[in-house]
Amino acid sequence: MTSRPWLLSGPALTLFGVLLLVPLAMTFVLSFNSFDFYEGIIPTASFANYAEVLGDGYFWEIFGRTFAIAAATTAICALIGVPQALILYRLSPAWRSLVVLIVIGPLLISVVVRTLGWAILLGNRGVINTALMDWGLIERPFRMMYTSGGIVLALVHVFVPFMVLAVWAALQRKDPATEAAAESLGASSFTIFRRIVLPQAMPGILSGSLIVFSMAASAFATPAILGGRRVKVVATTVYDEFLNTLNWPLGAAIAMLLLISVMAVMLAWNRLVERRFGEGLQ
Amino acid sequence: MAFLTLDGLTKRYGEVTAVDSLSCSVEKGEFVSLLGPSGCGKTTTLQMIAGFEQPSAGHIRLGGRDLAAIPARERGLGIVFQSYALFLHMTVRENVAFGLEMRKVAKKELKARVERALELVHLGALADRYPRAMSGGQRQRVALARALVIEPELLLLDEPLSNLDAKLREEMQLELRRIQREAGVTTLMVTHDQSEALAMSDRVVVMDGGQLQQVDSPFNVYETPRCSFVSTFLGKSNNFAAMLESRDATGSVLACNGVTLRGPVAHLRPGPAEIAIRPERIRLAAPGEGLLRGTVQERVFLGAQWMLAIDTPLGGFLVARPNSGAQEVEIGAEVGLDWSPADMRILPAGEAA
Repeated sequence: MTSRPWLLSGPALTLFGVLLLVPLAMTFVLSFNSFDFYEGIIPTASFANYAEVLGDGYFWEIFGRTFAIAAATTAICALIGVPQALILYRLSPAWRSLVVLIVIGPLLISVVVRTLGWAILLGNRGVINTALMDWGLIERPFRMMYTSGGIVLALVHVFVPFMVLAVWAALQRKDPATEAAAESLGASSFTIFRRIVLPQAMPGILSGSLIVFSMAASAFATPAILGGRRVKVVATTVYDEFLNTLNWPLGAAIAMLLLISVMAVMLAWNRLVERRFGEGLQ
Repeated sequence: MAFLTLDGLTKRYGEVTAVDSLSCSVEKGEFVSLLGPSGCGKTTTLQMIAGFEQPSAGHIRLGGRDLAAIPARERGLGIVFQSYALFLHMTVRENVAFGLEMRKVAKKELKARVERALELVHLGALADRYPRAMSGGQRQRVALARALVIEPELLLLDEPLSNLDAKLREEMQLELRRIQREAGVTTLMVTHDQSEALAMSDRVVVMDGGQLQQVDSPFNVYETPRCSFVSTFLGKSNNFAAMLESRDATGSVLACNGVTLRGPVAHLRPGPAEIAIRPERIRLAAPGEGLLRGTVQERVFLGAQWMLAIDTPLGGFLVARPNSGAQEVEIGAEVGLDWSPADMRILPAGEAA
């Protein structure tokens, strides 16, 4: 009967293999090929593409910007998401279901539609700038489109629900009596939050951060629309290499580097979390 | 004056009265149990003493001061929660030290007091473990050490043993009592388990439907229950509706389902009443002898004793017989039931069948 588990997980494994592993392996192979304007893709095996990316300050800047945007998005999501999750945790069940709906609301709308909405708000002649100028608060439009800040703003909007849900899940695992216990031992509300509630929410904050960071680092639609050609991130660069320059091998190499660097950050983060909270909270 | 006094304590949630003018007192150093079925208001009472619930009416006085105006965090009570409510992200030592840190106890003294508390509950060796890596019994001890280290005036135990398995529970009963005696702390325990309340307490407060039913020592509560509820909630009891026909200084006469029985001296007026007889006070006799005739319907072996269900003209009787090593009467056997009038209790008419 040892073949039974394999048989049962067969369909899922096939799907996983065909849709993820095969394309990933093909991209990996592609990244070692080379490209010529006249001959197209040449099946060589060299690290030339990697050398080009790693040796060029232009790409370093793009990677730096991508991770800065991802880090800022993660931090702001945590700052907004944790209080939101705490409020959610304390609401009565009737209110909670309504608020959960509001929280996950952004996820029900297509990323492109939502981002175009942000473009309408943030543009030089957009809603915000027009309003501010009409009220006479500013003379010239405040530039928000085609900036990293605009991208972070829109990404936060998309990813906050993931943080809220992760933190909320962690809070629900907590024994509600621990707060009463701390109170009976003489702790103030602030101390209860800092020493009892927050540490128990920490695993949720950390796993939420992992989700948000990896999604923000590989986000495409939002930076493409709000960043345009001016503020390039890794994902849009890969897109340009594939579809504008037609240099697929270089694009593949950049994609592999993004995958590797995001995984490196996630593993390092996980390691940190385990060392810090491993024994008490697993 | 008593150390802890509850005076007309009442808690209403809308239309529902969870605790109905409860008055009782606890002496310094005493171990008192609040005993009752779930929903009887015992936990609400504990919550009000702890300060997590506000009374709708009545007073709680501890050592002469009224607790009403004092928030939970300043009451300085030691509380052991049903779930233990340990801080899972802290080691045992950090858990126990928390209350002292809140009191800003100097480092050296804090360390010594934590050590002492852990020694008291025999956990000195496990101080640096996390609660997740401990057994239920050990977690219970951590919770106890955490509550006792702040040297509370009053220790509140909320169903402290209900999360332990049966064998461990019996061990912890004795252990909890030892720790309470050594610490010399006045203790109020909430429990629905009558054997726990009987085994551990100096006095038992029996509650039902938000009201106090009886307060007495475990022995007296068991031996002389004041009402039908107390007689059946604590231990097993054979209760029957009866008519108290006459009484004098030597005893009483009752009619029960057409059978005339002699009872002990009654404090009730003649009229409808209820009789209660403990299963272990009934002796079996030859058929036709004794007070009643009956047929054995069911026989259950419990190790130390036999439990017999016997059908009689009064109704079904439970009879407990010690296991003497001899063969017990068979199912279907005709027997006689006998007891001395002094073993019968006459209670106000209740809802007994």
